[in-house]
Amino acid sequence: MMKKLLLASAATALISTGAYADGHAVKVGVILGFTGPIESITPNMADSAELAFKEVSESGAFLDGKVIEAVRADSTCVDAAAATAAAERLITSDGVAAIMGADCSGVTTAIANNVAVPNGVVMVSPSATSPALSTIEDNDLFFRTAPSDARQGEVLSAILMDRGITSVAVTFTNNDYGKGLSDSFISNYEAAGGAITINAAHEDGKGDYSAEVGALAAAGGDLLVVLGYADQGGVGIMQSALDSGAFDTFALGDGMYADSLIETLGADLNGTIGSVPWSEGAGADAFDATVAAAGVEGNSSFTRESYDAAALIALAMQAGGEATREAVAANLLAVANGPGEEILPGELAKGLEILANGGEVDYIGATNVELIGPGEAAGTYREYEVKDGAYETVTFR
Amino acid sequence: MTDLINAFVLLSNFVLIPGLAYGAQLALGALGVTLIYAVLRFSNFAHGDTMAFGAMCVILVTWGMQGLGISAGVLPTALLALPFGILGAVALALLFDRTVYRFYRQQRAAPVVFVIASVGVMFMTNGIVRLIIGPDDQRFADGERFIIRAREFKEMTGLAEGLALRTTQGITIVVALVVMVALFWFLNRTRTGKAMRAYSDNEDLALLSGINPDKVVFWTWVIAAALATIAGTLYGLDKSFKPFTYFQLLLPIFASAIVGGIGNPIGAIAGGFVIAFSEVTVTYAYKKFLFYLGWESEGLMQLLSTDYKFAVSFVILVLVLLVRPTGIFKGRVI
Repeated sequence: MMKKLLLASAATALISTGAYADGHAVKVGVILGFTGPIESITPNMADSAELAFKEVSESGAFLDGKVIEAVRADSTCVDAAAATAAAERLITSDGVAAIMGADCSGVTTAIANNVAVPNGVVMVSPSATSPALSTIEDNDLFFRTAPSDARQGEVLSAILMDRGITSVAVTFTNNDYGKGLSDSFISNYEAAGGAITINAAHEDGKGDYSAEVGALAAAGGDLLVVLGYADQGGVGIMQSALDSGAFDTFALGDGMYADSLIETLGADLNGTIGSVPWSEGAGADAFDATVAAAGVEGNSSFTRESYDAAALIALAMQAGGEATREAVAANLLAVANGPGEEILPGELAKGLEILANGGEVDYIGATNVELIGPGEAAGTYREYEVKDGAYETVTFR
Repeated sequence: MTDLINAFVLLSNFVLIPGLAYGAQLALGALGVTLIYAVLRFSNFAHGDTMAFGAMCVILVTWGMQGLGISAGVLPTALLALPFGILGAVALALLFDRTVYRFYRQQRAAPVVFVIASVGVMFMTNGIVRLIIGPDDQRFADGERFIIRAREFKEMTGLAEGLALRTTQGITIVVALVVMVALFWFLNRTRTGKAMRAYSDNEDLALLSGINPDKVVFWTWVIAAALATIAGTLYGLDKSFKPFTYFQLLLPIFASAIVGGIGNPIGAIAGGFVIAFSEVTVTYAYKKFLFYLGWESEGLMQLLSTDYKFAVSFVILVLVLLVRPTGIFKGRVI
């Protein structure tokens, strides 16, 4: 008899814990390209985002002790149909309250247009940078913690103008990223009084770029602006330009920032300038400490942005006082920007408490989050110059 | 006068030298295609990937030599590795001949069957290369990079325009010349070469006069594979080795062979340079060149964007087939 009673109570306890977890777990989707071209960096991005969720859950301060449960889905980075289907599952079957993702600009646009916006679900992308995402009809549901390339075009233009370089040739990799960045750079540069001698696309993965460089050289200019990839056509163009004596100084977009570039081109690269998104300051330091303590690899691309995206979603729910899609949409901008108490990585519990007590927070995060315009990061860029075969920081913009 | 020299130097730097090197690489590739067509009577679509396979063998041996500390001084080590690469490519070509083409030869299959079989061989070779060395870019050039640097040339001559000549461009032109002379000597002077030509002209007559067809087929594959390896290695040295670019090279190579007159070795060489120079001259922007000649223009003076480079060889191919199906130097009608 005693035994039966024990069993029964144990069973009830089990059932009730299950019900308890269900009632208190808030599901949030994490949709990243776990397979596909950027599969090497997405696990670290997801880990960083889930680290923020864990911090929130363990604080006990989140919506009176609820926890966040991350549900992963694969965006594939390139297959819009597969990404849409995966997001559909997250929203209709898992019933997530918000989505952290997606990663690549193409699939992010597809998910936003086809699933997230029609269902009123907020997306916070850590890594989609296409300027086109600034103008999609998102009903104020799409945000990103990565800066738009429109901003980078502005920064690159300012770098050149500050150095008194007023006439340049431009070559970009022939895809959404290259086209978007070159359009933005050119409109800013021309508005500032600069002259573009030529704006030519190049295809990645070709053996020979001498014809492209011939056209660039004929157009001339103070230097060549290369908006491509460091392990693709971008480096081919630079090599060919150096070989033929067409150009000996370059200005580079963020896709060209890689140590392999210095290894390949060596001393010829000295004097090259460029911009790359960068984080520094108290927020970045706090993030490093937080990931180190949790044993997460935080020193790869877009991990900081992923942590911030996840943290913003949690803080927005807390500010709204409920784990609903509406609460996230209504409060995300408010917690991201001032006024309020500044919150760094690792201080999420403090932020949650302030919000619970009716206060305001200004989430700084790992990347100095400041959402501007249609809800995208202003971004900090590092202006660098190559000196003696190494990247040297000139200033931050 | 200085302006005239500047204009000439500019054109040499961006059109003449790259065109010559590229033309030599195409010509070597087209020679292999044309030889197979003349003797074995089919268009060998696997030729581009045979080039990739041969070049891959050269790269692997080059890395081995570099590891052992063997080098050719100022010249690229790949030149020393070339004979080994040729052996590898010959082995592969003979393997496919024994396992694939011989079967269809015994069946006296129609040429189109051979062509389709060669497409199959192409994909297989393609796969083997990717399996062994991977689909990425490989760098294997070493030694001195330049014969003349653009900056040095400017300082030396005091001209406004620089002229760069890379070692690989120089080697390409010299090696291509040597190989072409050797090939013509072989075809015209040696017994085997003559047998190949006889077999190509009239198979039945050649067999009647006691020429061993197996021997002819054997030597054709050996020479075609050697040419492919040399062309592939020179292209890889001069530009970069990436398996996919060799697949893309197939179009200009076939265009060269057909424009020159397929089945005709002289035609293959002429065709190679015609295609190379058309691609380069049509897509070059003449703004600066015309400026030196005293004509200032607002636009770039570029006939076609460089995106259309491969389209140029295709257009020429179509035009030649329409106007003169036998090519410049009367080859066969296909």
